[in-house]
Amino acid sequence: MLPKALALVSIGRHPQSNRERRAEQDGRAVEMGLHLQERQLMTLSVVHAGNADSPVLRQYAGMGLSRLSVIAQQANEDVLSPLIDHVKTQGVSLLLMGVRSEMGQSSGMLPYLLAEKLGWPLLPRVADIQSIDHGVAHVLLALPRGQRRLVRVALPFVATMDKSAKAPRQTAYGPGQRAEIEVINTTSIEDDVAAQWQFTPAKPRPKRMKVVKAKTAADRFKAATAKPVGGGGKVLKNETVEEKAQAIFDFLLEEKVIR
Amino acid sequence: MTEHEDILRRDPRAEWIARNRLHPLHQAMTQVSVVVRGPSGLVRKSPHQVGFIGPNGIKRIDRLAGNGQMTAGATRRRSTAQEVVLPLHQVMEPNAYIMVVPDMAGGRLTAQDKDILGLAHELAKQRQAFDADERLAVVAVCFGESKEAQFDEAGVDRLVHLSAAEYEGFAPEQRLQALLQLDVSYQPTHWLFPDSVHGGTDLACRLAVKLGERPAAQAWQVSIDTTICRAASGSQDIQRDTPRILMLLEECGQAIDETRHEVLPLPFELASSEAVYLEDKGLIAVDPNAVPLAEAEFILSAGNGIHNWQQFHDCATLLGATEGASRVAVDDGFMPRMRQVGASGTWVTAQVYMAVGISGAIQHMQGIGQCDKIVAINTDAGCDMVKRADLAVIADSEAILAELCRLAQQHTGKTLEQNEVTSEVSHVA
Repeated sequence: MLPKALALVSIGRHPQSNRERRAEQDGRAVEMGLHLQERQLMTLSVVHAGNADSPVLRQYAGMGLSRLSVIAQQANEDVLSPLIDHVKTQGVSLLLMGVRSEMGQSSGMLPYLLAEKLGWPLLPRVADIQSIDHGVAHVLLALPRGQRRLVRVALPFVATMDKSAKAPRQTAYGPGQRAEIEVINTTSIEDDVAAQWQFTPAKPRPKRMKVVKAKTAADRFKAATAKPVGGGGKVLKNETVEEKAQAIFDFLLEEKVIR
Repeated sequence: MTEHEDILRRDPRAEWIARNRLHPLHQAMTQVSVVVRGPSGLVRKSPHQVGFIGPNGIKRIDRLAGNGQMTAGATRRRSTAQEVVLPLHQVMEPNAYIMVVPDMAGGRLTAQDKDILGLAHELAKQRQAFDADERLAVVAVCFGESKEAQFDEAGVDRLVHLSAAEYEGFAPEQRLQALLQLDVSYQPTHWLFPDSVHGGTDLACRLAVKLGERPAAQAWQVSIDTTICRAASGSQDIQRDTPRILMLLEECGQAIDETRHEVLPLPFELASSEAVYLEDKGLIAVDPNAVPLAEAEFILSAGNGIHNWQQFHDCATLLGATEGASRVAVDDGFMPRMRQVGASGTWVTAQVYMAVGISGAIQHMQGIGQCDKIVAINTDAGCDMVKRADLAVIADSEAILAELCRLAQQHTGKTLEQNEVTSEVSHVA
């Protein structure tokens, strides 16, 4: 039997219209799960913690899911322990989710809390899962500047999706409406700490001013007129071509841009 | 001190006055400033000897007491362009700590890291005003190899530098173990992390989970009592009490620029680390031309000085560099428009930008303003690109590129034939 993957999905928020939508990274998590399922590496199930009536869940289901589980919850309740119970009862060995939610606190702590409570390793910002072979996965992590890193990890583990992972497929309206949504009722635990926080619409952040801390008029004049110049680099003029090229090559090696 | 100030300069006019006893300034110039004491020990001054007769026959008294320009001797006014030595900020026997874990992307402190160090000092100042007995030191915890030479000017009081091989690359578990041990031994007041894709966020979340804290993510306004952080993909602000662990956005504070700091090593011994689940298999070679130009790490950029374009493409492939171009090269049809660097093209953020045959029009210089290191290859030694460059080579580009290709082949052992298939970079004009 194939190992099970569980994708955690949340309700996203469109950055311009503020409307509910399929969350970018959660869509990628479902896409990766479906891709693993198509490659006969894992079977995928999808769970959402929150409101079971949200039409956005149908958008996720429209990606090709026949059923979807919803842990029924209010907005201010703690999702952690019901999710852990769900993961344990399902016998899941891979958790896929986004890095940060697009609504609510979006602290990005949920994957870490789940990994800690389950005792699983966590891989942040996954771009691709290359292979899963005998319970060992080779995972491609996305690094800044378009770089990739290969990591070997044994199942089970938690993975969060980078935006460079494969984009989610289009949703189909009809299959989405026909999908079965199973509601799981749990005891609710309120988040008392977050209840004390104040949520306000985001204020625009002040732009940083360029402050000239010149004490004399001459310094101020210089700061206003001088061209920004690099701190006096090395200039090679009379060396041979070989020496010059070697100097450049050593510089590149020192900066670690040549591997 | 510049070396010019040490040179003793003769003042021919003063010498002439000293020789000429009839000169009106002679007396004042040759005055011996010996303190005369009376029989009781009091300092006696003769009012008749004070001052000198000026050029109009009027008596002048030099109240500057020898500090003015007219004094005898060879000292001249000092040059104002002195190198300023910033005052040293010292923390003696600290009893509280703020730990900052900078990203050190590329082995140096990023602008965000410096802002966070500045914020740490701001927090330290606020706590100092609250409790005068607290001697708070800002500690930077760095992993892996460091090329940073200016920790002192960035505001690092104490430094923990863990440069062992096990912390290199992708090692969140090992790093977390080190942070946990630091937490036990020093009980820092705050842990500050950059909220960045370079691994700051990841490490902060791991630490917060282990310590059972609720960190503030995407914090941008922090005082010792309250923190404001972004939430809901930037559409909401959360105002909350300042937690122990903070993940900070860019420009959250003002970088230190008026003090130097000690950068003393913080004594810290590591216990053996726990079992490791994640095994790093190293970086994967990516097609450099598939990386967006704006975020490429290493750019080889071509300008009007390139004549052998095939050689340029080969060199970029061998060095593993993303290709860029100046506007002239694009307008002439040698490179596609998407490769243009500069004000009307892409603003690049490369760690190393290598400009071959680009003299550096101001629009181009604007586009490379955020690059860390610039290498210029040019035949004109006086051009702007050479002035801006960290390493400039005055030579014909073709010879240098040929030599670089040879060196790259030698270094990596790969030949062009193998790469020819993967790199379909050459552009049809």
